[in-house]
Amino acid sequence: MTSTLPIVDHPSAAREFVTNEPRSHWHDDSLWFVRSKRDKQAQSIPEWEYLREQASTIKNHTIAKLPEYLQQFEANATRLGAVVHWAADAEEHNRIVLELLRRNDTLRIVKSKSMLTEECGLNEYLIDNGIEVVDTDLGERIVQLRGETPSHIVLPAIHIKKEEVGDTFHQHLGTRAGESDPQVLTEAARGHLRGKFLSGEVGITGVNFAIADTGGLVVCTNEGNADLGVSLPRIHIACMGIEKLVPRFQDLSVFTRLLARSATGQPITSYTSHFHGPRDENSELHIVLVDNGRSKIRDSKTFRESLNCIRCGACMNTCPVYRRSGGHSYRATVPGPIGSVLGPAKNAKAHKSLPFACSLCGSCTDVCPVKIPLHHQLLAWRKVLVGKRLVAWNKRMAMKAASFLFRNPTLFAAAGYFGRVSLKVLPKSLTHNRFNTWAKDRDLPEPPKESFHEWYAKNRPSGAATASKEERS
Amino acid sequence: MSVALFIPCYIDQFFPDVAIATLTLLERLGVQVEYPAGQTCCGQPMANTGCDAETAPVAKQWVERFAGYDAVVCPSGSCASMIRNHYADYFGPDDTEFQHLRENTYELCEFIVDRLGVRSIPGRYPRPASIHSSCHGLRELRLGACSENMTPREDKMRLLLESLDGIELKSLTRVDECCGFGGTFAVAERETSVAMGIDRVTDHISSGSEVMIAGDMSCLMHMGGLIRRRNMPMSVKHIAEVLVEAMQEGSPDADRASSALTNP
Repeated sequence: MTSTLPIVDHPSAAREFVTNEPRSHWHDDSLWFVRSKRDKQAQSIPEWEYLREQASTIKNHTIAKLPEYLQQFEANATRLGAVVHWAADAEEHNRIVLELLRRNDTLRIVKSKSMLTEECGLNEYLIDNGIEVVDTDLGERIVQLRGETPSHIVLPAIHIKKEEVGDTFHQHLGTRAGESDPQVLTEAARGHLRGKFLSGEVGITGVNFAIADTGGLVVCTNEGNADLGVSLPRIHIACMGIEKLVPRFQDLSVFTRLLARSATGQPITSYTSHFHGPRDENSELHIVLVDNGRSKIRDSKTFRESLNCIRCGACMNTCPVYRRSGGHSYRATVPGPIGSVLGPAKNAKAHKSLPFACSLCGSCTDVCPVKIPLHHQLLAWRKVLVGKRLVAWNKRMAMKAASFLFRNPTLFAAAGYFGRVSLKVLPKSLTHNRFNTWAKDRDLPEPPKESFHEWYAKNRPSGAATASKEERS
Repeated sequence: MSVALFIPCYIDQFFPDVAIATLTLLERLGVQVEYPAGQTCCGQPMANTGCDAETAPVAKQWVERFAGYDAVVCPSGSCASMIRNHYADYFGPDDTEFQHLRENTYELCEFIVDRLGVRSIPGRYPRPASIHSSCHGLRELRLGACSENMTPREDKMRLLLESLDGIELKSLTRVDECCGFGGTFAVAERETSVAMGIDRVTDHISSGSEVMIAGDMSCLMHMGGLIRRRNMPMSVKHIAEVLVEAMQEGSPDADRASSALTNP
């Protein structure tokens, strides 16, 4: 489905959100609040950087030996009584899930939050095939009722204000018009979802971690909805990307300590649930292992580390561009810095503007709990995109011209002189015109009367700065 | 020690005072500095756009111009980082000339603190000011501790500024957030870039600061442009200018020194 995506132009997709100043500020402040909470948690752990290093090492090792660990996981999960399915892409994943539902005459499912099923477009696919799909994570339920997609991988409804949630719930759940009290709204959602949980025939969850040496799965939520969703139905389908593996049970603690702290600034998620095979002899546990482009990323020396991602969302919370432009401006299942790395890997043409939606501040790299060098990968993507001729012609031409200028010092000096003089003699209406994007909101620097080159030639005629302070005074 | 001064292209053309202050500062600290002829740009604009073919010859030229010096000093963390962290793409691992430059190219404060071992500047700067920690200096050169990372690091710029008499360094609510310049990002993503810049300036002004001090003129060019367009109550200064000004104000023969050292 990604191949049919329209080409995203991040700057124009961001415009409405970022220029709505109160909204952009509110969004920015909400996420900054989460990042500050994360900082406090990180500061409370003396071995924080050691943990990151451990996590990165474990992940690099796992991804390097992924085929072995996947086989080990499959063997152990099967031994526990789970049924393991392999899906090469989103379509195969969706087909497998639908087939499992049909085999059990299921018409409605309850689903916990899973970015993988978002990535695969499972909801739309199942709905098209006559299945009622209920997202049970509160944020996901809100965006689902609104007919939207999550704008953040951990906080899917972070772009929606509580008043807007009130309107949505009034429309769909019959709450009082104008209700915006979070307590009341949450209670309404709780009541509404309780009925759905009870009528769900199959529970679908995502997977945060899968453990190769035990065959177990770990699902982390703050609402307990995954547990509720799979406790009542007989069948549990767990959908996971193949990169979710950790080798040993003892490796898990490194990640559970990092995940919630990085994601929401909590010491640990409220529910960290372990699943080892089906609940009992009458139940079924199906695990769908999905590749969907991950092997391709694994083959790339440059971008391989992006598979280390544990989907904590910390890079989004810290990204000054994401915070202001909103998650939807990326038009990708995973937005923000990591999304801007993963998006072009899926479809370089459709997501070509995303690696440029970044000021290269590097905050994402330092916040990442598994040490993915995110801003370096974004820079690397820019090179790949230029190589694929997916960078705008005028941008490439400008760089060709600049390069030529910089290789010819005399020409460079002349161009500088011309620029300074024009700035000085031309009226501001000409230099700060509407074609000058820089100057729409910013003044150009005051032109100095001479460059440093010129000053140096005049003031240090010998060419070498050997004059002492005394000689000059 | 033979030291070369690398003045980035935009400082050369638009902010010569910063270059003069850098030169003056180094000389007053007893360093003999040479300004190699024919230098232009490190190639960062092309590299950040992903245009490797356009960057490579500029990088090669840069290395040719600066080869043979014991150290290179640059009043921009971003450009120094370009050489240290990104030039390796354009040179072989056995290119000794480049390897030497890579290890011996410094941002100005880094050079003063790490290479010269100077930890305080005799000077006076009696006004409320605030530091804008530019991202590349902070997260690529590690000139200070950044708020995301828990590794303790000495803040080189702050160390030098705090050593000045009378300076009152104000605290920001977001100590090291990006100003939104980001090279071509400032134009390609104008709205987001401007929103980021205004937020930064507002944080500085709200702190009670009158002067925003940074080690990178590119960030200051962006925020300075926003400030001037909106007549906001704040001025921007490169740290080299602040240190030189402070040295002049602090010296007993301030008048004589300032006439010799300020604008040509």
